[in-house]
Amino acid sequence: MKQYEMEQYDVVVVGAGHAGCEAGLAAARMGAKTLVLSIQLDAVALMACNPAIGGTGKGQLVKEIDALGGEMGLVIDKTFIQSRMLNKSKGPAVHSPRAQADKRRYHEEMKSALERQAGLDLKQGEAVDLLFDDDRVQGVILRTGAIHRAKTVILATGTFLGGRVFMGESTYESGPCGFAPATALSKALRDRGLAIRRFKTGTPARALAQSLHFERMEEQKGDEEIIPFSYMNETVGENKASCWLTWTNAKTHEIIMKNLTRSSLYGGLIKGVGPRYCPSIEDKVNRFSDKERHQLFIEPEGLSTGEVYIQGMSTSMPEDIQRDFYRSIPGLEDAVFTRAGYSIEYDCIDPLFLYPNLEHKEIKGLFCAGQFNGSSGYEEAAAQGLMAGINAALKASDRAPFVLDRSEAYIGVLIDDLVTKGVEEPYRMMTARAEYRLMLRQDNADLRLTEKGYAIGLVSRERYETYLRAKAETETEVNRLRETAIKPEDAAELLSESGFMPLASGISLAELLKRPKIRYAALSTVDSYRPDISARVRERAEIQIKCEGYIKKQLLQIERFRKLENKRLPEDFDYFALDGIRLEAKQRLSRIKPISVGQASRISGVSPADVNVLLIYLKRGGLW
Amino acid sequence: MNDTVAAISTPVGEGGIGVVRISGTDSRAVLERLFRPKAGKTAGKKAVSAGFQNRYMRYGHITDPVSGNAVDEVLAVFMEAPRTYTGEDVAEIHCHGSAVALRRVLSLALREGVRLAEPGEFTKRAFLNGRLDLTQAEAVIDLIQAKTDMTFDTAIRQLDGSLSIEVKKLRDGITELLVDITVNLDYPEEDIDELTQQDIIQNLSALCDQIEKLSASAHTGRIAREGLRVVITGKPNVGKSSLLNALLHESRAIVTEIPGTTRDTIEEGLSIRGIPIRLVDTAGIRETEDPVEMLGVEGSREALAGSDLALLVLDASESLSDADLRVLRCVANRRFIAVINKCDLARRTDADDVRAWIVSNGAEQTNEDRSVAVEMSVKDGVGLDTLEDAIEDFVFRGNPKTGDSALVTSVRHSDLLEKALSEIREGIDMSARGETTDLIEPNIRRAWEFLGEITGETATADIINEVFARFCVGK
Repeated sequence: MKQYEMEQYDVVVVGAGHAGCEAGLAAARMGAKTLVLSIQLDAVALMACNPAIGGTGKGQLVKEIDALGGEMGLVIDKTFIQSRMLNKSKGPAVHSPRAQADKRRYHEEMKSALERQAGLDLKQGEAVDLLFDDDRVQGVILRTGAIHRAKTVILATGTFLGGRVFMGESTYESGPCGFAPATALSKALRDRGLAIRRFKTGTPARALAQSLHFERMEEQKGDEEIIPFSYMNETVGENKASCWLTWTNAKTHEIIMKNLTRSSLYGGLIKGVGPRYCPSIEDKVNRFSDKERHQLFIEPEGLSTGEVYIQGMSTSMPEDIQRDFYRSIPGLEDAVFTRAGYSIEYDCIDPLFLYPNLEHKEIKGLFCAGQFNGSSGYEEAAAQGLMAGINAALKASDRAPFVLDRSEAYIGVLIDDLVTKGVEEPYRMMTARAEYRLMLRQDNADLRLTEKGYAIGLVSRERYETYLRAKAETETEVNRLRETAIKPEDAAELLSESGFMPLASGISLAELLKRPKIRYAALSTVDSYRPDISARVRERAEIQIKCEGYIKKQLLQIERFRKLENKRLPEDFDYFALDGIRLEAKQRLSRIKPISVGQASRISGVSPADVNVLLIYLKRGGLW
Repeated sequence: MNDTVAAISTPVGEGGIGVVRISGTDSRAVLERLFRPKAGKTAGKKAVSAGFQNRYMRYGHITDPVSGNAVDEVLAVFMEAPRTYTGEDVAEIHCHGSAVALRRVLSLALREGVRLAEPGEFTKRAFLNGRLDLTQAEAVIDLIQAKTDMTFDTAIRQLDGSLSIEVKKLRDGITELLVDITVNLDYPEEDIDELTQQDIIQNLSALCDQIEKLSASAHTGRIAREGLRVVITGKPNVGKSSLLNALLHESRAIVTEIPGTTRDTIEEGLSIRGIPIRLVDTAGIRETEDPVEMLGVEGSREALAGSDLALLVLDASESLSDADLRVLRCVANRRFIAVINKCDLARRTDADDVRAWIVSNGAEQTNEDRSVAVEMSVKDGVGLDTLEDAIEDFVFRGNPKTGDSALVTSVRHSDLLEKALSEIREGIDMSARGETTDLIEPNIRRAWEFLGEITGETATADIINEVFARFCVGK
């Protein structure tokens, strides 16, 4: 086919899902001339699975993306229809925001952000191959023969790459939601020698709200007070919809078990590895057969549609069985279905092939993000997209990589887990994965990251100033609480209500607040000069004071952790030349090429003794 | 890397002195907290400062700052960085050579917040601080590698089987709790039983009891704290007290030829091949009418019940009797070594007879996989070496003898158990105060990690794996 030269870019992003959008916006905002390609512009920022953003670990990721100057938080603030803070009763380290999105509006708002972004071209087009010069990527070739040259390319192909859908006994090549798959690129990458793996994920059926009996379900409303995702917003709109809870029963399970062999999964059609934390309903029923019922949520897909998402019930059963078991559930007896549930297999790589800046170790200038790296989830994808975008832009302008460590952000935990430990199933963020969870809170992502985002040129002046103001306000409030003394008699009622003994002498508001069970809101009875501050500032002043002792303890641990992170390892280090390191460790180190001794110490198969030996060699070589 | 570490840095054995070395920024402070200077004859009136001058050796006692009890009489010195072996501030405490004293001093230092040094760590620090020549680097690497492997292996192999099982059980219990916490914190929307503050306190209190019990009863833990309890038993007048004296190399128990002389149990601390031992001599076990002696016999049975190892003394000049059999029955469910004394006299019984006798009475299987019978003559000092070999074998359980590691690992184990315990206790306090689970979880996780260090299980991915194995969660 005739090929022709089109534009010359700094960064070309293949894919405009949650990873691709953040990647393109970040690169362009940092001054890189950027192209974002999507096989179908109607699929930009598509929520192919559930219509929600956030949740445990994930909500924190969105806050971090926002703090660094990303888009996800802003878009969900504009398009949410219900918002909740999960884990409110379980402590600040695990408070996790989650919002139901209007799916269509989310897509439109994100697409509009890309359209409006200076220095960014958004184009419909299918990349079918990469251009190479030796071991360096040079650009992309489109199906039309168009060549877009680029200093760096970001692959953010999601479930489009080599996508194959499974529904019962039927299977066919397809991207998500009926969009076309990227099959040519899948083949080209294999031909280039990239080691490709297959992962799978799944989604439930969609039904029409008007066909459901909501009176047979439990309503779940949004929070009364909503703290926005984006640090740029002081307040946001209101809840406009509810979610609904219902449960499966013996009948549901019977239908599923009787037809288990008709599912693509149990019928043996699916070869890809699916995540255990996102099991299909047939998996849940089969593996946890002693469980009498499974919970599901009915989530609205938007305000302009009657379609609802049946959360907790993804499936690869054939459509007739799907209809039967869904209808056995209270509230769904007469459900009308618009789309059937399906499983989808897609291409991904082993993320151990990536450096912590998400650049491929064997192909210079090629960055990878999202499901292509073996993760799952919109937020995980967006976080990697943002970091890939930043690092591609840095690379294109010959600047040093930008890497966050495990003590700085969930983003750091996410990427370190991927590139150091690798994945055997799609990776989902959880707060339990973060060692320094108490520091990586959703309320302080701007305090942790906005300065850094500003330094690399991603955070706008406006955002930076907003951050400085919020930071100052927090400090002022914390100091006020520390300095305001309360007389024993004034605190008596508050204390007795919370089960504490009365005080012998005066006490500061901060000291009162440090007591478990005494909340900022409850202090208002003794705090007559309380300033008018935003919910966000209030929240973090409270957490800062309440957890002060524990935060200090964690900071000490972080200091120890950083010592090894700061000992850098040269990229071309010859581990095989080192005596005293076991062979297995040499092999792992040579393969993973850790950037620091800290990263080396987390590689499985590298023992503490190996790390000690490494330290000695570095010292001897005068490397630090 | 600049935390303060301590270790016994002389080979453990029968040395006249042994040195506990502390290196790092806190070493002076720790030394000064533990050291009580001996008031000199002229200094009686004025208080003697506990402060150390650089490179001046002082004479005094190491005392337990909590109880105030003196632990050992020592010479101690403080040396300022950088002109020290490690290049850091170093304190050295020169104790008596006894393993028990050294171990106690080390334990006190650990209690003061010092970390137990890894194998080869002093040398490693010396190298990293530029105190060793570059050409010595290879040697340091070998040292770390060899010592780490050895200690790691022996640490695990030396574990008393039951301790290892207990620690594993404890750790499984904590894993379960962590899994419950994880699923509660990370899957708040799922249909899962809520873990209440009360549940956590209950769980942690149960763990606390178990660790305390373990810490108090564990073979290794007790060897570290008190020494191996070895009980000498046998029917009257087979030479138990003589054996005690022989092992002590001095006369402590009254030795007569009248059966039943030892009416109380006698306990002595000693060191055999560097292994700290509490040796207990007991009244002979026999049927008796004498009320005083009856009390003694009762005591013997109690002593046996608390022992790690029994030495069953038999008389080579007599045939095996019902009286011997009674004693055998008392030790049959314990680990024991048969000691056939009086081999200098006309022989009626030898080691083969004794082994056959043990087997025919069904006592064999509890005595590890073999019955050990040692022939000796306490009177002539013959066979004492063989007995000491057998005791040493018992401790090392046929594993390669690794010099100081037996003791070090023991201290390490009790140290780790203590640390786990203090994390759990803090967790209980926090929980009782009403702190939220996210704040308590790090304590539980640290306890879990400390226990993992004992058994050598350090993998941390288990918890998340376990969440998905046990719970049906996810959309």
